[in-house]
Amino acid sequence: MAAAIEQATLLAVDGLVKRFGGLLATDNVSLGIREGEIHAIIGPNGAGKTTLIAQLAGEILPNAGTIRFAGTDVTGLTVDARARLGIARSYQITQIFKGFTALDNVAMAVQAQDGHNFRTWAPARADENLRKPAAAILERVGLGARADVRAVNLAHGEQRQLEIAMALATRPRLLLLDEPMAGMGKDESERMTALLAKLKGEETILLIEHDMDVVFALADRISVLVYGRVIATGRPDEIRANADVRAAYLGDGDA
Amino acid sequence: MNALKLDRRTWFVIVLLAALAVLPLVAIATDNDYQIAQFRRILIFAIAAVSLDLILGYGGMVSLGHAAFFGVGAYIVAILNWHAAREVPLFGMMLGTHNVLVTWTAAAMLSGALACLIGLVSLRTSGIYFIMITLAFAQMVYFFFVSLRAYGGDDGLRFPGDTVVLGVIDTENDVAFYYLVFGILCAVLYATRRLVNSRFGLVVQGCRENERRMKALGFATFRYKLACFTLAGALAGFAGALFAANESYISPSIMHWTRSGDLIVMVVLGGMGTLIGPVVGAVAFLFLEKTLPDYTEHWMVVFGPILLLLVLFARRGIFGWFLPKEDRHGGGH
Repeated sequence: MAAAIEQATLLAVDGLVKRFGGLLATDNVSLGIREGEIHAIIGPNGAGKTTLIAQLAGEILPNAGTIRFAGTDVTGLTVDARARLGIARSYQITQIFKGFTALDNVAMAVQAQDGHNFRTWAPARADENLRKPAAAILERVGLGARADVRAVNLAHGEQRQLEIAMALATRPRLLLLDEPMAGMGKDESERMTALLAKLKGEETILLIEHDMDVVFALADRISVLVYGRVIATGRPDEIRANADVRAAYLGDGDA
Repeated sequence: MNALKLDRRTWFVIVLLAALAVLPLVAIATDNDYQIAQFRRILIFAIAAVSLDLILGYGGMVSLGHAAFFGVGAYIVAILNWHAAREVPLFGMMLGTHNVLVTWTAAAMLSGALACLIGLVSLRTSGIYFIMITLAFAQMVYFFFVSLRAYGGDDGLRFPGDTVVLGVIDTENDVAFYYLVFGILCAVLYATRRLVNSRFGLVVQGCRENERRMKALGFATFRYKLACFTLAGALAGFAGALFAANESYISPSIMHWTRSGDLIVMVVLGGMGTLIGPVVGAVAFLFLEKTLPDYTEHWMVVFGPILLLLVLFARRGIFGWFLPKEDRHGGGH
């Protein structure tokens, strides 16, 4: 049983510690993300969720602990090196190429995966090896009709969909999604939830999200982070029933 | 409607290049032959401005030291010519040379190498730090040549300028040399146009738009920015080589930081992030610099506000007026 789980673990975090001065933002966190699951991380504001995801992506280096991805120790690797191994992410504040069209945004992500980035003569915007997969992915996230619109002119929700399209275009093995619904209206949220539901089972996703309905509907497993510590990990029903979680986070009694 | 707007841009480019093409003929017809060297200088600065725009407009790297590469290119040509004329050995072994295949290539390669070295350090910073560090390096290069007594130091270096290019074009022949420079400018525009629309060009523009996202996609952004910086430095050095051939005299003042500022003004004035823009900017800047002083010695008082208005109301400079509306701000083609 233990061996089977070990085999299926794509991302293994062990004893991760991050201090900012006197603040312990990540306190001895150990986590395992299994191949193919949606693993949600929830916790109150300031629990250290974004700090944790930033360490997994490589933007912040931990003070102690290790991160192993698909059997490789990536603890000291740069953001781009980890991305090339297959870790893709979206940000709490959308990070896209605002001056580019939606299709150019995704084509850039395809190019990241396709390589040949020192080609200086052939026109990249006429390259079917980049355009075709990019168009297909835009279609997949529901932005097919918006391909030629500049990203800056897309609605907020569409920009977030675009960011996920870019992450998918790198053909990642693991998607880190940091609050994909942040700042979205009801309709936009619903569309994003539908998109994530479509990705469920196809992609391995680590999801940070505040909307509990979404989390409990989508996640295979949930980890609860409080003051930088993981106080519980389990299936949604286990988390809902967990006394510590109810006390610390969900609010006692009527949850 | 779209096609109409595209035509507007294309027409502008055609008219501009055609005007530059007939310029020496007009000068001769109106007995203004003596101005052809001046026109050549405009084209040469246009090439330098295009090279700066590769890093400034396309790469988003605001370098305040670009004149250093221009100056080093010019000095290499000057020094090689000077040695050849005086038959003084350089580094105790080789003589200088008048052969432009050697001098111009050496100018481009060594300026590129210098840009690579400076880029290796500077590109680890960004924003205001990058501006300051490129400025600091450029001033180091400037003071190096100021203190280089053997080659005239502060006073500069004069050298015989009768260069024959590939056994065909004599740089003493005003018109022939003009068309050589014009041809080079057109070739540079064509090649840089291919470059900015290639995979590499898009990566560089992606770094300008959002470097964080580029890294998260898996691009090792540093190496692409460094390659772009090196290439721009080499092209500026090549422009410097043409400048040296044009003037037969150079001094460290051509690489003073204010010259780097002039190049930035040309790019911004004409249209940053476009390739024709810097050409327009070089023409406009050097024209105003030449004609405004005829009206008032305080011409900077007039020139400053013109620039300010342009930056405020036409972020894509003069060429921006001829671009489709959605291309006038940000983005890049």
